[in-house]
Amino acid sequence: MPRWGMVIDLDKCTACQACVVACQEENNVPFIEHEEFRKSRAISWMHMLSETHGEFPNAETQFLPRPCLQCDNPPCIKVCPVRATYINDEGIVGQVYGRCIGCRFCVAGCPYTAKYFNWYPYYEWQPESSKRRTNPDVSVRPKGVVEKCTFCHHRLMKLKDKAALEGRSVREGEFTTACSDVCPSKAITFGDLDNPESKAAQLTASPRAFTLLKDLGTKPKVVFLTERK
Amino acid sequence: MARTDWRKEDDAVLMKPIFETTKNYYILVAVLVTLVLWGLISYIVQFNSGLGVTGMNFPVSWAFYIINFVFFIGISHAGTLISAILRLSQAEWRRPVTRIAEVITVAVLGIGGMNILIDLGRPDRILNMFLYGRYQSPLLWDATSITAYLTASSVYLYIPMIPDMAILRDNCDGGWRKVLYGTLALGWIGTERQHHVLERALAMMAVLVVPVAVSVHTVVSFVFSMTVQPMWHSTIFGPYFVVGAIFSGTAMLLIVMAVLRKVLKLEDYLQPIHFNYLGLIMLVMTILWFYFTGAEYLTAFYGNEPDEMRVFMSKWGGPYSPYFWAMVISCFFIPLPILAINRFRTIKGTVIASVFICIGMWLERFIIIIPTLANPRLHQYEHGHYAPSIIEIGIMVGCFALFALVYVLFSKLFPMVSITEVREGRDDTENIVLERLRRYTPGKGRLD
Repeated sequence: MPRWGMVIDLDKCTACQACVVACQEENNVPFIEHEEFRKSRAISWMHMLSETHGEFPNAETQFLPRPCLQCDNPPCIKVCPVRATYINDEGIVGQVYGRCIGCRFCVAGCPYTAKYFNWYPYYEWQPESSKRRTNPDVSVRPKGVVEKCTFCHHRLMKLKDKAALEGRSVREGEFTTACSDVCPSKAITFGDLDNPESKAAQLTASPRAFTLLKDLGTKPKVVFLTERK
Repeated sequence: MARTDWRKEDDAVLMKPIFETTKNYYILVAVLVTLVLWGLISYIVQFNSGLGVTGMNFPVSWAFYIINFVFFIGISHAGTLISAILRLSQAEWRRPVTRIAEVITVAVLGIGGMNILIDLGRPDRILNMFLYGRYQSPLLWDATSITAYLTASSVYLYIPMIPDMAILRDNCDGGWRKVLYGTLALGWIGTERQHHVLERALAMMAVLVVPVAVSVHTVVSFVFSMTVQPMWHSTIFGPYFVVGAIFSGTAMLLIVMAVLRKVLKLEDYLQPIHFNYLGLIMLVMTILWFYFTGAEYLTAFYGNEPDEMRVFMSKWGGPYSPYFWAMVISCFFIPLPILAINRFRTIKGTVIASVFICIGMWLERFIIIIPTLANPRLHQYEHGHYAPSIIEIGIMVGCFALFALVYVLFSKLFPMVSITEVREGRDDTENIVLERLRRYTPGKGRLD
């Protein structure tokens, strides 16, 4: 059984946010109006965090793209009252939009603030032109439910179907996410962390590797690489 | 049974509001209904448009509704818990206080639970809690514990009302009142056996409701403390919330008592001594609250863990400091002298202290919930801000008005002071208490 994970090389990342846009397009993440954005309601499954150290002119800003960390021990699924968020056999943490009651306990419980709530029926707000571009493989979310990065799980489903028709299993390197596909500096590597052949698994062994908020014991499957501290 | 005239009964003043309705009563009900309607309309708007009409955002995803939920559930500890403890400790002065307290519990528990429903993004899917319920989620613990407490405290409110219902039944001309009271009286005619059964049931319920009440606010706190978020993940939260609940509950009880005393002219029943004694209970709770708050904040400060310190500093000196200090002042520095000095522990004094405590305890819930959410661990990227919208304010006003309305309607149908218990106190207590004193006073009684 594969254990899907992601390695993000911060030393390669240029903070261009192509991953953010690609994710938005791939997963039908709704655009919101400026007014809503100012109220801090933007939904962004892949989000660019930034931190500035020091004062001008000796200031330095570090960037960190943050998808859902896909923890092996996720704090969000512990608190869900209705099994609307769960972890599957391959380690992907999912959200059942049709079951979620919108209590936002998982939003409050996630230490990485990676879960987003639909304050309005955002999909209905989209302009016709962007509704026509909707990815048919990903369901759009109604108002009042929580959503988050799924590691492009719909791609895996499709690949599995295809592989089954061809009488084989999903090949190493075949399943990738929208963000890793699009990254111009190839900073994002996606793969099976339990397969020693996969590039992602090899990269996690790097001395530059670290995980976010490791002390919390959430065991994220998104690993970052950097030489800086 | 022959009908008696209520005006000639001993405790006629307790029955007066039931049989006579003043013009002011209708005005009050109309005002409250209007406010409840405001809340209702606000909710309908929210239901149709989505939770976007509130001031909540990312990462402050819980706000007014959860604050009110904790606040109202806290208030509910006024009643049944205090009444049960006083009954168990055989405090004679409890007699006119118990029902007033128990009605608060039943009224606000419903409203508290309602706030969770209001907070849901998809209230239409609430039955998923039964279909797919996960008992590992503290929200399910809440649901269980609150419904258990609501059931127990409703029963505990009803049982001692049975003899009163019989008195009212015998004072009715007929009509729907006769049917209502007759049904609720369950055929009470005051036989020895009936008294015995009632006493037993009451004693059992009094013992039962205490642990249930403690569990309720403990699991309410678990909603926060079971997460790993800074300044929520604290073992002290259970007892801290229980203490805060009893504290705010007693304060609300004193306010309601003072209002009823004035409006229903119960000066003879609710005397300064009741306010004095409850004031003493509140004094203890003030000091306990301060102790718990001190322990909680000192631990966070001394440990100096960066994520905790960020939340701590936002309360101590940051954007939330006005609320934090307003909370400390109105929960401790104002009530303490009022309640500690005998001269100030009057009806007026305790009520002033109570109003401050209610405001302070509401702020406490605000100060527990908002700053933690506004300062997530990945602070580099999100600083939350929050201001309530008109919808949230409307719903909050509606909730408080609903509480008052339930109370006002209840006082129209049922006596707010237990007629039976007061009579019992008047007729038998002297002998019983004297007997008790004789039994345990050294040198005065026999050892058996």
